[in-house]
Amino acid sequence: MDMKVDTPAGEKVKVAVRDLNFYYGKFHALKHIDLDIPERKVTAFIGPSGCGKSTLLRVFNRMFELYPEQRAEGSVTLDGQDILSRRLDVSLIRAKIGMVFQKPTPFPMSIYDNIAFGVRLFETLPRVEMDERVEWALKKAALWNEVKDKLGQSGASLSGGQQQRLCIARGIAIKPEVLLLDEPCSALDPISTGKIEELIHELKADYTVVIVTHNMQQAARVSDYTAYMYLGDLVEFGSTAELFMKPKKKDTEDYITGRFG
Amino acid sequence: MNAAIDFDPAKLRLHRRRKVVNAIALTLSLGAMGFGLFWLAWILFETIRLGIGGLSVAVFTEMTPPPQAETGGLLNAIAGSAIMVLMATFLATPVGILAGVYLAEYGQRTWLGRVTQFINDILLSAPSIVIGLFIYAVIVARFKAFSGWAGIAALSLIVVPVVIRTTENMLVLIPNALREAAYALGSPKWKVIWSVTLRAARAGVVTGVLLALARIAGETAPLLFTALNNQFFSANLAEPMASLPVTIFKFAMSPYENWRELAWAGVFIITLGVLTLNILARVLFRNKY
Amino acid sequence: MDPTAAAGGGLPPRRRRAPWGDAAFSLAAHAAAWVTLLLLAGIIASLVVGAWPAIQEYGLSFLWRSEWDPVEDRYGGLVMIYGTLATSAIALLIAVPVSFGIALFLTELSPGWLRRPLGTAIELLAAVPSIVYGMWGLLVFGPILATYVQQPLQRLVGDVPVVGALVSGAPVGIGILSAGIILAIMVIPFIASVMRDVFETTPALLKESAYGLGSTTWEVVWKVVLPYTKTGVVGAIMLGLGRALGETMAVTFVIGNFNQLESLSLFEAANSITSALANEFAEANPGLHQASLIYLGLILFFITFVVLALSKLLLSRLKRSEGART
Repeated sequence: MDMKVDTPAGEKVKVAVRDLNFYYGKFHALKHIDLDIPERKVTAFIGPSGCGKSTLLRVFNRMFELYPEQRAEGSVTLDGQDILSRRLDVSLIRAKIGMVFQKPTPFPMSIYDNIAFGVRLFETLPRVEMDERVEWALKKAALWNEVKDKLGQSGASLSGGQQQRLCIARGIAIKPEVLLLDEPCSALDPISTGKIEELIHELKADYTVVIVTHNMQQAARVSDYTAYMYLGDLVEFGSTAELFMKPKKKDTEDYITGRFG
Repeated sequence: MNAAIDFDPAKLRLHRRRKVVNAIALTLSLGAMGFGLFWLAWILFETIRLGIGGLSVAVFTEMTPPPQAETGGLLNAIAGSAIMVLMATFLATPVGILAGVYLAEYGQRTWLGRVTQFINDILLSAPSIVIGLFIYAVIVARFKAFSGWAGIAALSLIVVPVVIRTTENMLVLIPNALREAAYALGSPKWKVIWSVTLRAARAGVVTGVLLALARIAGETAPLLFTALNNQFFSANLAEPMASLPVTIFKFAMSPYENWRELAWAGVFIITLGVLTLNILARVLFRNKY
Repeated sequence: MDPTAAAGGGLPPRRRRAPWGDAAFSLAAHAAAWVTLLLLAGIIASLVVGAWPAIQEYGLSFLWRSEWDPVEDRYGGLVMIYGTLATSAIALLIAVPVSFGIALFLTELSPGWLRRPLGTAIELLAAVPSIVYGMWGLLVFGPILATYVQQPLQRLVGDVPVVGALVSGAPVGIGILSAGIILAIMVIPFIASVMRDVFETTPALLKESAYGLGSTTWEVVWKVVLPYTKTGVVGAIMLGLGRALGETMAVTFVIGNFNQLESLSLFEAANSITSALANEFAEANPGLHQASLIYLGLILFFITFVVLALSKLLLSRLKRSEGART
C-alpha cells in the first residue's frame, strides 16, 4: 500500500513511522517520513548537518515535548502501539525507549546511584537485587571491570569515554526495548569510540538500536540498516551494504562519495 | 631609499599628547583603586582596634548593662540576633528556593515568570527600613506588641529575594543536556528538578543562602520597630528581643563610655561574623566550580 | 491496549511512582512565585493605609512643607526629602568617578594575578554591614572631617557670599556632607562591581580591533568599551542611587537628626527620610505623627521603586545580548 516505505524484507518491525511531519515553530523540519525500524538490528541515520536526523530520533522518545514551539504530526508506533498519543504517559514510553546523548551527562551522584536512578523510578528492588542490576548493566556496557571498586565515587570522576559508557549502562539498566544513540561518540577520542562501537555490536543481540551519526564510516562499520536524510526528507533507506555499495538514488551516491556534505 | 619610518611632527605631537592623556587616566584609575582600598583598610583597622579593645570574656557572658555601669556584656544581644537570624534563614530559604526553581524551571517564558523576576530584583534592593514599616503595620500594630516574631518576619522578607535570585542564577547555568538525560530515563519533572538539577546546582544555592544569612546578620533598620530591643535576656519570641545591631545603634549614639566600648565590641563581632561567612561562601563556591 | 503492559519482555507492568508528585511540586513552586508579587502588593497597600491620615490631611503639599512639629501635630516632608536627595547626590558625585576608575583598573590595568584578590576586596567592602560605616563615620571619621576639612573650609570661604552659606554651621563632623561622604564609601563597591561586570561583557574582539588600530588603553575604554556598555553603566549608577536613597544606618549616625531646614549648609545637622524613621518611629504616637512618618516611607519607596525599575530595565537590555542556557 505504501509505495514509499522500504520495509526491510523478512524483518520484524519494531518502530513504524508513517507520514511524520515535524515543525520548529513555522519551520517544517521533517517532511512526510515513512520508515520501518527493524527489531534487534542497528539502524543508522546519516546525512549532512541540519538534515533532521537528530530531530527524527528525538521524536521516538518524545523529547521534543520539553519545548513548546516543537511539534510532531503523524504516526509513530512501537510494536503497533501509537506512542505519540497524548493519552499515553510519556514517562512509560521513555522506560521502553532509552537515549544516550552527544556529550556524556553523568548525574551529580555516585556511579552506583547514576545507574540506580532510572531503576528506582519504576521498580522497588531490595538492595541485593539492585546491586545485581547495577553490576549487570555495567558489565553490559563493558565498564564493570574499570569501576567495580569505586562504585561510590562520583560519576564525574571518570574519563570521557568511561562517562559515556556509564550513560549507556544507565540507559540499559531500566531494560528498555529500544536504544536511541544521538552521535554518542562525537565527544570521544578514537580509542573510546572503538570500544563503544564494539559495545553497539553486542547490544543488538538484545535491543533495537537506532544511531545518529555524522560519520559515514562509523555508520558503515556499525549498522545493519541505514537511512540517508537530506533537508528533512528521507531520501533512501536500505541495508547498509546495499546503500553504501549500490545506492538506488543519485543524491545518496553523491553524499556517500563525498561530492557534498 | 628611505628605510626608516618617517612621521611628520604634527602626528608625533598628537601621539605624545595621547600618551600623556592615557598616562593621566591610568594613574587616576590606579588612584581610584587605592582610594577604595584605603577606606576598606581604615575601617577594618579601626573596627579591629577599637573592637578588640572592648572585647573581653564578659562580653559573651553578661547582659547589656545600664549606662555607666562597671561590668556588662552583650550576651542577650548576641543570643537574640542568633535566634532571629537563624530562624529567618530557616523559614525563608525553602520559599526562596522554590520560587527560584519556579523561575528557572517552570516560568521561563511566562508572564508570571517575567513579572516575578522583575519584582524580585526590585525587592532585592528596596530600602530595608520600608520592610520594617510593612511588618510593623501587619504584625506589630495588629498584635499591639513588638516581638521577636516580627523581627524574624522582617528579616525573612530580606532573605527571600536574595535566595530567589541566587537559586535562579545557579539553576539556569545547568546545561539542558543533563535535564534531558534524566527525562530520557522516564523521570517525572519534579524528580528531574529535585534529584538532578537542584542537586547539580547545590553548591551555588548553598552559597546564596550563606550570603543571605551574612546580609541579615548585619541589618539594623528592619529590627528597629519590629523586634525593638530588650535590656534583658529573653528567648521568648513573643516579646521584644535584643539584637546586636540595634543594641549597637543605641549604645553608639549615647554619651556613655561603657556603652560606646561595648558598641565597638559588637561592631567587631558583627564584622568578623559577616566577613567570615562571605569568605566561606566564596571558598565553597570556588571549590565546586 | 494497556499502555502499561510491556511487550516482549516478560517484565512486571510498570506504574508511575507518586503520580501526584509533579502536580504538588509545580503547585508549590508557582505559589512561591506568587509570594513575591503579593509581598510587593502588601507593602504598597500597608504603606498607603498607614499613611492615609497624613495623605488626607496634607495631600501632595506634604512634599514641600518644611514644618515638623510633633508637639503641635504639624508635619511636612521637605526637610527629610531634601536630606535624602542631597546626601545621595553627594554620594553619587563622589562614587561614580571613583567606581569608574576602579572598574577600569580591574578590567584593563590590573595584572592578572591581582585581579581576583582586588575584586574580592571590593566585594567584601560591599558586604560590610552599614552600621559599621555609620559608627565608624560618627566616632572616627567625623572628628577628622571636622578638624581637617570642615574647619579649614570655613576659615577659607566662610565669608564668601554664596559658597559661605554652604559651609556655615557648627563644624563638628556631622551633617549632609558627612553623611554624603560615608554614603559614597558605602556605595562605591556596589557601583564598581556592577560596572566591572558590565565592562567585561565587551567582546574581546572589539577591544582587540581598537588596539590593533593603535589606540591607547584609555582610548579603548573611553571610545569603545563605554559606548558599547553605556546602558549597563547607567543601570549600574542607578542601582547605586537606589541603594543610597534607601540606606539607613550609614546616614543616621552622622546626619545630625535635626528636623528644621534653617539653611542649605552642608555642615548643618539635617535629616533624611530613613534617619527620621529610624529615630522617631518607634516612639511616635499613632495618629498624625505616625501617619506622616509612614507617608515619608511611602514617598521613599516610590522613589526607590522608580529608580530601581529603570536600572533593572537598562541592565537587562544589556544582558539580553548574552546567552542563557544551551
